[in-house]
Amino acid sequence: MPTFTFKGGVHPPQRKDITRDKEIQSLPVPDVVYLFMTNHVGAPAKPIVKVGDFVKTGQLIGEAANGISANVHSSVTGEVVGIESVINASTGRRDQAIVVKRTSEDQWEYLSHDKDFKKFSKEEIIQIVKDGGVVGLGGAMFPTHIKMIVPNNKVVDYLIINGAECEPYITIDDRMMREKADEIIKGIEILDYVLDPKKIFIGIENNKPEAIEIIRNNVRNNAKIKLVPLQTKYPQGAEKQLITAITKREVPEGGLPIDVGTLVFNVSTIYAIYDAVVNGKPLVERGITISGSGVKRPGNYWFRIGTTVADLLKYVGIVEEDKIDRILYGGPMMGIPISSIDLPTFKGNNAITVLTKEEILKRRTYPCIRCASCVEVCPMGLQPYYLKKLSDARRNDLAEENGILSCIECGACSYICPSNIDLSRSFQTTKKVIQAIQKRRG
Amino acid sequence: MRLSTDAAPHFRTNDSTRKVMLDVLIALTPAVIASTWIFGLRALFIMLYSMVLAEGLEYITVRFIRKQKDFKPDFSASVTGLLLGMNLTLGVNWWQILIGVMVSILIAKHAFGGLGQNFFNPALVGRVFLMISFPTAMTTWYQPFYYRNPTIMTAASPLGMLLDQGVDQVLKNYSYWDMFVGKIPGSIGEVCTLALIIGFIYLLIRDRVKVMIPLSYIGTVVVFSSILYLVDPIKFGNPLFHLLTGGLILGALFMATDMVTTPMTAKGEFVFGLGAGVLTVLIRLFGGYPEGVSFSILIMNAFVPLIDDWLKPKIYGTSKGGAKK
Repeated sequence: MPTFTFKGGVHPPQRKDITRDKEIQSLPVPDVVYLFMTNHVGAPAKPIVKVGDFVKTGQLIGEAANGISANVHSSVTGEVVGIESVINASTGRRDQAIVVKRTSEDQWEYLSHDKDFKKFSKEEIIQIVKDGGVVGLGGAMFPTHIKMIVPNNKVVDYLIINGAECEPYITIDDRMMREKADEIIKGIEILDYVLDPKKIFIGIENNKPEAIEIIRNNVRNNAKIKLVPLQTKYPQGAEKQLITAITKREVPEGGLPIDVGTLVFNVSTIYAIYDAVVNGKPLVERGITISGSGVKRPGNYWFRIGTTVADLLKYVGIVEEDKIDRILYGGPMMGIPISSIDLPTFKGNNAITVLTKEEILKRRTYPCIRCASCVEVCPMGLQPYYLKKLSDARRNDLAEENGILSCIECGACSYICPSNIDLSRSFQTTKKVIQAIQKRRG
Repeated sequence: MRLSTDAAPHFRTNDSTRKVMLDVLIALTPAVIASTWIFGLRALFIMLYSMVLAEGLEYITVRFIRKQKDFKPDFSASVTGLLLGMNLTLGVNWWQILIGVMVSILIAKHAFGGLGQNFFNPALVGRVFLMISFPTAMTTWYQPFYYRNPTIMTAASPLGMLLDQGVDQVLKNYSYWDMFVGKIPGSIGEVCTLALIIGFIYLLIRDRVKVMIPLSYIGTVVVFSSILYLVDPIKFGNPLFHLLTGGLILGALFMATDMVTTPMTAKGEFVFGLGAGVLTVLIRLFGGYPEGVSFSILIMNAFVPLIDDWLKPKIYGTSKGGAKK
């Protein structure tokens, strides 16, 4: 099977066997949910309910602001008990969240929807996606409806469906493709109808043979859709790397995929689009992989957005507390460590990973020996060793000149470094500083 | 529950500088054994003495001068010491070796800031220092297996003979096979090409080496010496002769590939090897010394910052290489 890939990258242990054959199970609806008004990138949504209000499942509670923003819906049926500021590990600050206490079984509030999506105009479908608060579920959480509005001077040549799932441990997209192939194909057809690309590619890493098989059989009769097996390599699922692997096109520095005529959607996002348009369900639940050596019943689950990590872990069970080293939103390569299990989940959560102390290598840091491994593995063609030097010296101008803003923070450099130097972390900081300065200069 | 909030990635490769250095030491072992067979126990003593001295000096420097309390050897100094020992002759004595090691570790390595900070290959700096300070001792080449037949202890090196007497005279004394397995006079660790290649294959398997450098270095020597061979085969020798004599193989496989003092991209490595190859042939045939590997590598070491600046990798999404305008 010929596979496609990008330049650079690493091969961390995959550990997907733990959950890849576990069917997606629905978790019990939690008693309380915390719904961030920043459940996406961009401007926070505006709360339109107040404490004491009764809300239904799927009812709009946070209205998208102007510009880049997205709607937020209640994920349970119950009473609004608070509007508080809660630590949001995905943004790294405290964000406003609406707290809803469940008081009864689900009473759904639906969007306008139809089994035959072609009854809607393209604009109406984009409006439904917007109403439904759909955002990129691969982790980026970019509002999907904005992506679907193609600027007048751009053309969509290729629509790319991201089923790469290159992070270790995570298998939810794999399961989605295996269990919900029909729905995902339907979702792709919706996007095809709205965007009218010349060609559609579905990229899946070749460590998911079942998903490849099922999707291939499902798209056999559609000449426009092509399945592309990808080499299993991290970060194959990163947007730019995926585009280049499949189309050989490179997104220009500082540009967007649409600049090279491509748009990328994650398979879970596609499902959310389908669910909104065909079933009228706003984005209030999604699939998640809960795994790691610290989890007793690792698997793939269907959960309500806003459930606390503690509630999720209560259901799957965790090992003794003193054995646990860290708990992550996401997988071990890019996952965000959380400081407390009382924090809530958000739309971009595709995994919770519980790592035990045994799994964390306690390694000494040595000086850089210029082995060039970081340069070799960087999927963006950067020189991490040099950027690290510049970051340490606070030479932000030179760091910028050498492309630090192109860093996608995949962590491949830190992973491979024999001297155990925290390269990508310092780039994160330097990037933030540079961006803040740029913003102030206007 | 106390949770660690260390930054991603939470998985790291189970590798370390120490393991890299240990692999280099393992890769040098076949050559050490071969040299002991060829030049006797004194050769083994010199190599081990130099290695232990280097590691000891490193300890003293880091622990007592830099006052780093939790010193844990990374074995980079052992590699330096061993390579220096392999670059010596049996003619040097214990205090000369001590001076060489001090120059390598104290000046070439720690004066620049220690591991990873030095511009020049420390072992080669030590060697060149000794060669300039003690030229007689450093060019007293012992006959292979002299310990079996102590009547003729020393001889001219093949490269020295080439300059004085032409290639035919050398080939009367030594066959190419002799040169390949190391039965020729020369520096302790450089003579056995076979053992060096075996060690290098180990490094290749372990992915511990900047492969482009030996390829372009040796390739350049072959091409350049072939051209000169066509000009005058007797005076300049042939490419095979240049490959198998002197320190080219030791230099190209183990010294020019020192990670710290070489470029960071394949293109840069190519240029590094090319420069070293041209310089080596020029010094060997037209310079004041019969051998030029050490000088060539050191000169190219000096160019590394410029090469790195010049040949940056192409940043994704930019049409031109390196930094944007």
